[in-house]
Amino acid sequence: MSHLLPRDDVGAKLGMWLFLFTELLLFGGLFILYAVYLARYPHEFSAGGHELNVVMGTTNTVVLLTSSLLAAMAVTAIKTGKPKSTVALLLGTIGCAGIFLVIKYFEWSAKFAHGIYPGSPRLVHGPPGESVFFSLYFLTTGLHGIHVVVGGALLTWIGTKVGKGSLTAENNVMLENGTLYWHLVDLVWIFIFPLYYLIL
Amino acid sequence: MSDHDAHKEGSVHIVSYGQLVAVWVSLLLLTVTTVAVTRVDLGAGKVWAALAIACVKSGLVIAFFMHMKYEARLFRIIFFVALVTLAVFIGLTFFDVLYR
Repeated sequence: MSHLLPRDDVGAKLGMWLFLFTELLLFGGLFILYAVYLARYPHEFSAGGHELNVVMGTTNTVVLLTSSLLAAMAVTAIKTGKPKSTVALLLGTIGCAGIFLVIKYFEWSAKFAHGIYPGSPRLVHGPPGESVFFSLYFLTTGLHGIHVVVGGALLTWIGTKVGKGSLTAENNVMLENGTLYWHLVDLVWIFIFPLYYLIL
Repeated sequence: MSDHDAHKEGSVHIVSYGQLVAVWVSLLLLTVTTVAVTRVDLGAGKVWAALAIACVKSGLVIAFFMHMKYEARLFRIIFFVALVTLAVFIGLTFFDVLYR
């Protein structure tokens, strides 16, 4: 590989981690809101939590953990000089992202069918705690869903670069940073899942 | 196999497929545990149990999938700073909300 431009892979990763910390604080803020309102409206939160589908939530947890495994394996693959496996593993990750979003679509559709969506008559006329719970649910899982879409698009773009040979065993920090973003998506879900689906 | 280039700057540490799969299996077992624990009526205990398990799962993802274990110390220091910042936000928020 040519060394026309000086590269600083550690600096690139450090920058990525700094960005991930801002993401951590972004979702952290939503979790703080959740905790404060859980303390204020424990009964409404409990009732709201029981309306969520534990089977779908658990399935999505397994799907995201698997997607993270495949993303981490893609980094191992490119570092050991296997671009074809790298692309295949990234396709697996992106496939899992698709499955996640399809399941999320069915989950949200079921909520909409029950008249649960932001500003719906049921929530407007119901107890305040209920609408707070579902507002936070849609905001948090929606923001997380946007991250899934962005992460999937990012890994698709990076995968095409691996396929074209512009990312290689010696020059793969872009792939590493892309997968770091993907793992963050997984990390956020690791907390959303118990907080919204399990403990209430 | 690739230990010969371990002297290069940056993380050329390579985590094997086997290690990654082992981490994934642990994550799945922890997921089963957290679902099982929260199906039992433990009162407030299940909240703390679920959060503790989520923290362990995050630790595994960060250490192995995200290679934090193999990065320079600086990465762990700034990670610690970010966690402390979040903890301060949480602490001050509840100091306000609980004693209002």
